[in-house]
Order: sequence, then C-alpha cells, then structure tokens
Amino acid sequence: MSADASRLPLWRAALVIARRDFGAILFSKAFLFFLLGPVFFAAISFAAGALGAKAVESAAPPKLAVMLDDAGSSAFVAAHERLKDSISLPGIERVPATGGNAPAALLGDGSRNFGAVLTGTLERPELTGTPERIESWRGEVALLSAQAGSGGAAAMPEVALKPTRSSVANTRSSQTATATGAITLLFLLTMLLAGMVLSNLVEEKANKIIEILAAAIPMDAVFYGKLFAMLAVSFVGIAVWGSIGAVIFALGKSAFGPLPEPAVGWPLFTALFVIYFAMAYLLIGSVFLTIGSMAPTVRDVQTLSMPATILQLAVFFLATYSMSDPGSGPEIFAVLFPVSSPYAMVARAAQSPVLWTHVLALAWQILWVAIFVKTGATLFRRKVMKSGKAGGKRAKRRGLVRR
Amino acid sequence: MDAMSRNDDQYNSALAIEARGLVKRFDDTLAVDGVDISVPEGAIYGILGPNGAGKTTTLRMLLGIIDPDEGVRRVFGHDRPHEIAKWIGYLPEERGLYPAMKCDEAIAFMGALRGLSLDEGRRRGRELMEGHGLSHAIDRQIRQLSKGMAQTVQLLGTLVHRPRLVVFDEPFSGLDAINQGKLEVMIRELADSGTTVIFSTHVIHHAERLCNDVAIIAGGRVPYAGSVDAARDRIPAQVRLETHRADGDWRTALPADARHDAKQGGGHFWYFPMPDGGIEALLRRLIDGEAGILSLSIERAGLHDAFVEIAGEAAARAMQDPAAGEPA
Repeated sequence: MSADASRLPLWRAALVIARRDFGAILFSKAFLFFLLGPVFFAAISFAAGALGAKAVESAAPPKLAVMLDDAGSSAFVAAHERLKDSISLPGIERVPATGGNAPAALLGDGSRNFGAVLTGTLERPELTGTPERIESWRGEVALLSAQAGSGGAAAMPEVALKPTRSSVANTRSSQTATATGAITLLFLLTMLLAGMVLSNLVEEKANKIIEILAAAIPMDAVFYGKLFAMLAVSFVGIAVWGSIGAVIFALGKSAFGPLPEPAVGWPLFTALFVIYFAMAYLLIGSVFLTIGSMAPTVRDVQTLSMPATILQLAVFFLATYSMSDPGSGPEIFAVLFPVSSPYAMVARAAQSPVLWTHVLALAWQILWVAIFVKTGATLFRRKVMKSGKAGGKRAKRRGLVRR
Repeated sequence: MDAMSRNDDQYNSALAIEARGLVKRFDDTLAVDGVDISVPEGAIYGILGPNGAGKTTTLRMLLGIIDPDEGVRRVFGHDRPHEIAKWIGYLPEERGLYPAMKCDEAIAFMGALRGLSLDEGRRRGRELMEGHGLSHAIDRQIRQLSKGMAQTVQLLGTLVHRPRLVVFDEPFSGLDAINQGKLEVMIRELADSGTTVIFSTHVIHHAERLCNDVAIIAGGRVPYAGSVDAARDRIPAQVRLETHRADGDWRTALPADARHDAKQGGGHFWYFPMPDGGIEALLRRLIDGEAGILSLSIERAGLHDAFVEIAGEAAARAMQDPAAGEPA
C-alpha cells in the first residue's frame, strides 16, 4: 500500500502523456508517410517549377537592356546583328541612358522582360542583374563589347558584375525579404503540423481512455502532454526535412546566391526561429486541441479543419501585412495578439537588432499558452466529462436553484 | 502532505470518503441532487441504482473528474482528490485501452498516471498477469486480446500501484458469469488486505453478496445510505406458517393482516409480518390451540425488497431493465 500520497507534479503527469503519445506516433507506420509527405510535395513543386520555368523561357526569353551612350549602343547592336546567326546570344533592346532609367528600375519593371542591364562603356562594361543571369551572360557581353569596340576578340574587356540580390545591395529590403521568408516558413510549418493537434483527443475519446486520464491527473496535464508530444514529433519532422533541405542547399549553394543577413545575425535568428515556431505551435495547437476535444466524432474534427486553416491564414496575412512597418499600429497589434505574436516577432528579429522585446514577447506568449490550456481543460471537463439524465424535470420545476 | 488541501477540521479519519450535499447540474438537467455518502475505510461499499440515477456522476465528483456545483467531498480527508491520486484506483464503466500498446506497457502506463515508475509498473504488470494466468499475453498488443482479457488487463492496471481506495463503475457489466465470479473474489481479497472498495451497480445481488454498506440512489438522490443489514431490517421479516387445521381459537392470535392460502398439498399456509414482540408468544398460542403446526419459517427481507421499499417500484423496474434507465 502506498504511503506517499504527494501529488504527481503537473510536468511529470504531462510527461507521462507526452511520452506515450510521442512513442505511439513515432513508431507508427503512418509516421513514415508523414515524413515523406512534404518531401513528395517539394519534389512535385520542384518538377512543376522546372517545367514552368522552361515554359516561361521558351515563351519569352529575357532580354539584355543596352544602356550605353548612343555610339556605344549603336555599335553594340550592330555587333549583335553580325554575330547573332553564328552563335547563341541573348536578345537585346536598346534603352536610352537618359530619362530616369536606372538598372534597378528597369529590372523591377514587370511590363518589360529584362534579365540584365548593360551600362558603362564598351571598354569597361558593367552588367547589372541577378547573380545567375549576369554570370551566364558575362561572356557574351564581353565578346559583343569587344566586337563593337575594336572589332576583334583579342581585346575582350573585363565585365564588371553588379548583382542585384546580395547582402550588401540593400540591407533594408534584404531584411524585409528575410522577415517575409521566415514568416512564410513559420506559417507553412505550423500549418503542416498544428492541424494534427485537432484530432489529438479523438483517440482517447473513442477508446474511452479519457476518463482514466481525467481521474488520475489534471486535464491541464493531459493537454500539455499532448501539445508537447506533438511539438516533439514536429521537431523530428523538421529535423528530417531540414537535413534534406540543408543537403540540397549545400549542393546548389552557388545557385541560391548569398542569403540576406537578419538584423540579429544568423545564429541568434535561427535560435529565435525555433523558439517562435514552438510558441506558434503551442499557441495555435492549444486552441486547436480545445476545439478538437469538443468535437464528438472524427467527422466533426475533419469538418473543423477548414475553419482552423482559415484562422491560420488570417494570422499569416496579419503578420505579413504588418511586418513591413515595424512600430506601426497593425504591427504592434500583431505582436500583442497572442496567435500572431510569434510571426510578428520573428519578423522583428529579421529587421531589428533589439533583443529585450523578445524576452517580453516570449513571456507574453507563454502566459497565453497557459491561459489557452487552462481554458481548454476547464471547458473539456465541463462540457465533455458529463453524464446522467436523472432529475431533469424536477430541476426545471425547481428553477435549478437549490439552497 | 503540507502542500495538499487537507481539511482536518471535522474530518472523520475512519472514513475513506465523506460527501455532503453533492449537487451537479448539466445544463437544465439536475443529475445529482444533494447526495450524502460516508464510506468507512476498509469497507466494500456499493452504490446501487438504475441507469441514469446519478451513480456515475456521483463517482466522478468523488474522484475529482468533475467538480460538484454544491456540496463538499473529501477522500481520505482531502477535498481535491487529484492530490492523492496515488492512493486511488479507478475502473470506469466505459472501459478502454490504447489498442497498439502491449499489455505490460498498458498496465505500466496506468501505474505511471498514478505516480509509479514505468520500470516498476512493467515489473508489477508482468507479475500480475502471470498471477492471473495471462503470462502468454504479456507481450501481446491490446488489440490482439479478447474483450474479457482486455478488461482483465485494465483491471490489473487499476490495481498496479496498490491503491488504498479502488472505485469501480459498473464493474460486472459485460463480464460473463465466470469472470463475474473472479471479480467478486478479487474484490473480497482487496477488502481483506485493507483496501476500501466502492463500486456502482444496478444488479442488487452483487451488492447484497459483497457489500457491507450501500447507498441507494434514485433520481439523483440518496434515500438510503447505510449497512445492508439495516436496509433489510427496514422491512419486517415475513413469517410463513403451515398448519394442519384451517380454523380454531388460535386464529385470533394471528395478525389481522395475515394472508391465507388455500390448502396446498396437505397444509394451510399463512403469511404475515413478524410480530413486534417476536414469534415465541404466537407459537405458544398456536400449540395451546392445537393448530397443528406442520412447518414454520421466518424469511428475512432481501436487499431487493428493501430497494423496492426505499426507492419505489419504478426504480426497481428500471433496475431489472437497465437499458431503459430511470424515468426522470
């Protein structure tokens, strides 16, 4: 007979649940499909992207904008005319060097299909464009410049490359790009993984195990255990997918170009991303777990998955809309609104080196996880764990008041 | 112990469970209406009533699964049962286990929920299964077991942490006669080892055979709580008398409401409640009056009779037909 009645701490009770759930999911056959799902998705996306790119290139290949002085441009165009039937050359279009035209503006003009812009002189040509594009056209530009200048290949000039996507090009826009990318990745991961939480209590309800759990440990511990088990499962998935992604990145590093540095630096940004993913997961997961726990059947859970996805989309759009203007009303709202807070804060980490705000935000988010779990557990106990029909008429007659 | 919510004032240490005025409403339904229960430590205590009477809701409140809207409950003196979860074992009416779990893991998991380490839970689980003739199934998954075996595994999981109090909700439902017998033996063994056992049932015979005390629950109320003997004593014993003669001066000694059955196989039968002063004086009058006593038996009221007397015919009928439940 047990003499020690001291209560099982909440964390230990949650650990019992988490350990069971984690093991049950990890060692199930379905987990392999879970891991392979995004890989298949990425492979299909890659194939579709490659096909799309090929189609775009064959339909309208990008042109080289020639923005030299009048004489230089004429000579360059003439050289292009002479050589275009002999060797493969990109299409060109003459653009006046005056009139406010700037290489960046030309490249960003969606109505014109320029892959790169040639400036400078025939002796010292400068090529502006994406790293891949200017690298691939470098030789052709040098040859045409030489042909246009002296009429011989022996005096091929050195082409100065000006990549438009680099860490030094535009810090602000680069960091915004990093923020957007981080929010998008956070959204994709949360959407892929948090939806699983919706159906997390269905097994316990279907197998009648829930009452054993509810009698032994607080319902909060059941909720925490399930949330952290699914978070751990998510980390396993992310580790696998991340490893595959890292290998792909390492193999094709040159093609990706330099990654824009976030304001807090890559190591801290990576750590914050992982932490904010965990918080985003726990916040949205605790809401989903509560909603799912109220659903009486698997079919109801499936029906609920669409509004749950819409909620995630709304959070994503709020964070994306507000992040371009840090400190604005919408951005502060996104920081304070619990489920969008991790998204908004990861965007801040990309754009601002200030760190103390992250400490506050994390404390705020942890508080809301606790509130959501407590509310969910209380609702579950009140709404789901009930039985008995006796005395109904008498209760109505007595106005439900008993003193 | 200091951190726990023990309310020592007015707590009777001889009681495993003490509940006063428990009330529970679900929306506009009053499921439990002022239930009082006192369960002595070491007793086998039955909560007896038809389906829908409020048995499960009462047990759930006692265990802390749900909180009462009104009233207080104390388990071993604590008003928050989760704080002494290690002392309690619970087998709910709707039984279930994780189908993919192996048997020893399932038992260990249930023990872990009550504070037992997983290693110790597995060790005890194997011992318990061997002790119940299930050693061949230790490494099987729950889904591979028969329903009876799975129920036994869950029962063992309920007991693996060696609780001081075991609560069974309708433990006999779904069991065949052999397994019902085994469970009765197990309940007696638990009580013999000092464990308090509470179970709910709508089968009066189980309560009558096993329980020291019962609470009769009907319509969310407890019209009777006390010993089985006291419940039976609420109805006077019935005297069944067989005489050779049909009439004589001795007839005036019989109670006025004595029922007479026509002669059956050589005797006249008389049925009447046991007189307040006992049977001896009546017997003397019958012998002196030469009634010709052929047989005499005194039949004590059963728990079923007591139930009908206490809870009413409608509740008793609902007990016979559990699927119908109790009319509200």
